[in-house]
Amino acid sequence: MHITQGTFSFLPALSDEQITAQAKYCLEKGWSLNIEFTDDPHPRNTYWEMWGTPMFDLKDPAGLMYELAECRKVHAGRAYIRVSAFDATPGWESLRLSFITDRPAEEPGFMLERQERGGRMIAYTTRAYAADRPAGARY
Amino acid sequence: MDANPDTKIDLDAAYLRSGVAEILDELDRELVGLRPVKLRIREIAARLLIDRLRREFGAGGQAPTLHMSFTGNPGTGKTTVALRMADILHRLGYIRTNQLVSVTRDDLVGQYIGHTAPKTKEILKKAMGGVLFIDEAYYLYRPENERDYGQESIEILLQVMEQRRDDLVVILAGYADRMDRFFTANPGFRSRVAHHIDFPDYGDEELFAIAEKMLASQHDRFDDGAAAAFRDYIAARRRQPHFANARSIRNALDRARLRQAVRLFEGRGRPMPVSDLITLVADDILRSRVFDHARAEEQP
Ligand SMILES: Nc1ncnc2c1ncn2[C@@H]1O[C@H](COP(=O)(O)OP(=O)(O)O)[C@@H](O)[C@H]1O
Ligand SMILES: [Mg+2]
Repeated sequence: MHITQGTFSFLPALSDEQITAQAKYCLEKGWSLNIEFTDDPHPRNTYWEMWGTPMFDLKDPAGLMYELAECRKVHAGRAYIRVSAFDATPGWESLRLSFITDRPAEEPGFMLERQERGGRMIAYTTRAYAADRPAGARY
Repeated sequence: MDANPDTKIDLDAAYLRSGVAEILDELDRELVGLRPVKLRIREIAARLLIDRLRREFGAGGQAPTLHMSFTGNPGTGKTTVALRMADILHRLGYIRTNQLVSVTRDDLVGQYIGHTAPKTKEILKKAMGGVLFIDEAYYLYRPENERDYGQESIEILLQVMEQRRDDLVVILAGYADRMDRFFTANPGFRSRVAHHIDFPDYGDEELFAIAEKMLASQHDRFDDGAAAAFRDYIAARRRQPHFANARSIRNALDRARLRQAVRLFEGRGRPMPVSDLITLVADDILRSRVFDHARAEEQP
């Protein structure tokens, strides 16, 4: 199940050239870039892990692509990786753009659980199949 | 696209279009001396232009390795030329920005385990797209300390210099003899550096011309007495310790301006022509301590 989170997630996977172009766009806007990864695909999981520190002074997308390559060496095929762009001009870091660059080789998707409650009420829960296994061993 | 050997190429137009001519002329005009350096830069620029045309016309030609080493004594213009180099490579389309990030060992090497790799990578990322200038590069390598973190930084640098040639040009700089030893101990660097450029010391006349340029850029000038005194100053300064070519000249002029300011201020009771404000006189030069030393040396 192809997870749709962030910008471009309804499109086919971005090529490196397309990622570079997006990074270039962000840098031209004066935003700083950041790489994060996770193996917990739940849409409410906002706590992705940071790959290194945010990159504040890049002049060229090559810096991002270099770090993305380093991140892929460790996590490619076994986690989601995303790039985010932050704008500090309001006086705080605000997110402007965030998109997934890499996905696990397989995305088994979610189990929809229905809990029947009193008065014929139903509570719904989505649970990622991958999350059955411990963190680090999911994909 | 395959090369059609009969296509006519207008090399001159390509040269003009690149805008590199202006930078090379500027280099000639603004930097005194440095003949061998300027010659090498022209060669590199010509080579790059030809390479680019070859690629445009589908006649092969791969982006060449452009990492360089600049060797020479302090104040011989290495940093100044590196900045111009960034402009030249940018105009020729070999780097994407004309930005030069200038660092030394402390910017690259950390203080404890796990500190060095992120530091070095951070600098590399910032410099990507442009030029990374590593001043006194031999400090990266400290053979006397086997647990030195410099080695870790060197390995990352070498890897990026090799694998990301399209993203970054590295210029290493330092004294000639120590750079030689550095390259001998780190053959990986030597083989990745395509251009070794040596910066000669300046002659007395060149240093004087540099002084005049520095003055002119601030709309200052020597009067006749000051010019003569400054020639003596150059000869005397050269024989003293810590002589640093053009940098010594810059410092000497800064101090002369200070003495000039004091002199003008002390004479403030009288009306003074505007030209006094921009003129250094002999006394502003002759009161330098350099002459005390020179006089002391002459005494038995
Ligand atoms: N050939 C030259 N012509 C004019 N000014 C020069 C020349 N070479 C060096 N300078 C000036 O001397 C100073 C020191 O030069 P720098 O490039 O920092 O030397 P290095 O990096 O070799 O120690 C700078 O202010 C520079 O502008
Ligand atoms: Mg320097």
